[in-house]
Amino acid sequence: MKPRTLALFVAPSAVLMLVFIALPLVLVAVQSLYATTLVREQISVETCTPGFLAQTCTTTMRSQVKLDPSGKQMSETVFSGLDAYRLVLRLDQLAGAFAPGGGGYDVVMAIDFWRALRFTLTFTVLTLPLVIGLGLVIALAVNSSLRAVRGPLVFVSLLPFIVTPVIGALAIRWLFVGDGILTAGLRLLLQSDISLFAQGWTIEILMLLYRVWHVAPFAFIIFYAGLQTLDRDAMESAIIDGASRFARLRYVVIPHLMPLVVFVALIHLMDAYRVFEEVVGFTSQAHRISLQWLTFSFLMPDETGNRSITRASASSMLTMIGIVILLIPLVVRVWRDHKPRG
Amino acid sequence: MLQRLLLATLLTTGIATGITGQASAACAYRNTVALKTLSAGFDAWKAVTAAWAECGNVQSELDQEFRRKQPTAFAANPALYQIGGVANNTIVPLLNAGTIRPLDDLVAKYGQQLTPNQLIRVDGKIMAVAMMVNTQHFMYREDLLKELAIPVPTTWDEVLDASARIKASGKVQYPLGATMKPGFDISQEFINMFLGFGGVPVKADNTPSFNTEAGVKALTMMKAISAYMDPEFLTSESTFVARQFQQSKIAMSNLWASRAGSLESAAESQVVGKVVMAAAPAAMKGGKPATTLWWDGFVIAKNITDAEAEAAFRVAMEGIDEEMVKANNNTAVWLIKGYTPGRSAVGAIASAMAGAPNYPSTSAMGLVSAAAGESVADFMTGKKTAEKTLIDMEANYLLRAKEQGLVK
Repeated sequence: MKPRTLALFVAPSAVLMLVFIALPLVLVAVQSLYATTLVREQISVETCTPGFLAQTCTTTMRSQVKLDPSGKQMSETVFSGLDAYRLVLRLDQLAGAFAPGGGGYDVVMAIDFWRALRFTLTFTVLTLPLVIGLGLVIALAVNSSLRAVRGPLVFVSLLPFIVTPVIGALAIRWLFVGDGILTAGLRLLLQSDISLFAQGWTIEILMLLYRVWHVAPFAFIIFYAGLQTLDRDAMESAIIDGASRFARLRYVVIPHLMPLVVFVALIHLMDAYRVFEEVVGFTSQAHRISLQWLTFSFLMPDETGNRSITRASASSMLTMIGIVILLIPLVVRVWRDHKPRG
Repeated sequence: MLQRLLLATLLTTGIATGITGQASAACAYRNTVALKTLSAGFDAWKAVTAAWAECGNVQSELDQEFRRKQPTAFAANPALYQIGGVANNTIVPLLNAGTIRPLDDLVAKYGQQLTPNQLIRVDGKIMAVAMMVNTQHFMYREDLLKELAIPVPTTWDEVLDASARIKASGKVQYPLGATMKPGFDISQEFINMFLGFGGVPVKADNTPSFNTEAGVKALTMMKAISAYMDPEFLTSESTFVARQFQQSKIAMSNLWASRAGSLESAAESQVVGKVVMAAAPAAMKGGKPATTLWWDGFVIAKNITDAEAEAAFRVAMEGIDEEMVKANNNTAVWLIKGYTPGRSAVGAIASAMAGAPNYPSTSAMGLVSAAAGESVADFMTGKKTAEKTLIDMEANYLLRAKEQGLVK
């Protein structure tokens, strides 16, 4: 293809990526460096609220937000540099924690960002091999089943992936919550009280298992497609050479699927690092929060209608940096595989 | 068979049209302006929005998480909703942003039915119309307490004693329920307790003072009562606690008055007529009930045309008239003419009479709630000590207050 034709082909998607991905990213980065505060004035206001017999009116000093002539809240924006990052990372407390007598790990885990990072990393790293392993097992199982039942099997195996994540998480929560069907059943069986949502580690295990159940079908369908292109000759010669089932898997099937494994790993790392639905679905915020949830909680208007845009931007930049670091080894591998030889 | 089916269909459609025909007659006029409303979803709002719908062209959204949508939806121009359901706390962001309109003209024109008590005035202007009082008060299973000869607790220490005895009796799965989900729910449990122990959360210069004796006592008491709850209490909000009551799983709770109605509905509750309301327990002996008084009502958006505002106000008035109250007398503690306080109002009135304070509609209080909502859970899970929790809560508050310009 001529360079000019190639450029024309790529141009539309490059423009869209610039406008809808690169530009917002730059904006978020800039936002994280500026702090906006509302301009307030102290005024004395009489407020009346209902009582049972008559109203109670109180006159109080109230800090009211100043409104400009068009009725908008007045605010001022100042350059705050890396302040927001400091506020999110809490490096001062972090340094204090590792000073002698500082309290160490427990103090670090009391800081929202580090607690979220700990959970997010555990979640990502533990689900990755499980998703790939389970996906591969299902793919091999379906591939060696009778041709007649393969269609329905593929469909059924894909179902968990079709369920909307929040809905799936809620469904699992309702099964396992204090008076859920499964908990009640287990209680009858074991004759002891079970509360999976009362402590952090049980919720965490449920969240991990839920994610594996939910995403394994994605790995499965990719691997299953890969298995269809497996070289029959190579397989047959392996059989003739007396390779065992395991040896065939180890030396023929897996090397063939390796690029797909890398692909699934890439996608899964990106997805799992942005874990969010599980926190909402399982109401786990008292025990476990994720980085994405942290950004979300900064971004939600609080009881006064204010959003911490600056901190939210900083925390989403940090999340993105985390994803990039995680992906580096895999991207390097892909790069090496595709580098023109010689 | 087919004939019978046809007959059944005819009958049901007939009944259905009958009902709608009857229902639209309940509204005195036909509304022609398309209106949208956003409010909380508890029973009183179900009753009021149903009455609004009878006027026609009203589309109501009932959402317990409405507080997250409302500020943005009302800031849009034109606003996404004409009528908003609010309470003491949720009116603050709207007032701050100036996205709701003064109602003085409309009240003069269409609000003859309103009592002065219902008009929420800020700086002399009517900014909202209240329809009911809400408060977290003590609800208990009268039959169980009588059976075990436990006097109705009036302080939280007595609640602990009563809980211990109920637990020993094994009559219910857990003696107590409470709304302790992180965020708004747990923040209210803390604020109630904190005020009950005589705490003053915010100083005159808007700086926080949680890290006090009252703060430590409040947290300690919350931990003590949590021992008598479902161990999953950190995921429980109002609907969950109401359900625990309905399914006879708990015997006592300091729960929102607006939830009392759902315990009396035979369709979903196993404890109809058994739950009685009383004043919220005091934190200290001889103290005021550890709770705050709230109102719920509606506001009209500013960023809509005057014609829409007028139509919205008229519809809103139709929904909170005597007729609606008579039909839903025990659903809430109404402030509307025609309401006869029944057994469901006893606790709210007792709390008010014993001096429970109004929940302040201030930005500072909003930040107290936000900071407490994010911090208290760490104490309940044992991650932090009471003092550390309170220090962090103050830091959380200060950070927000600075971002808001409340504190320099």
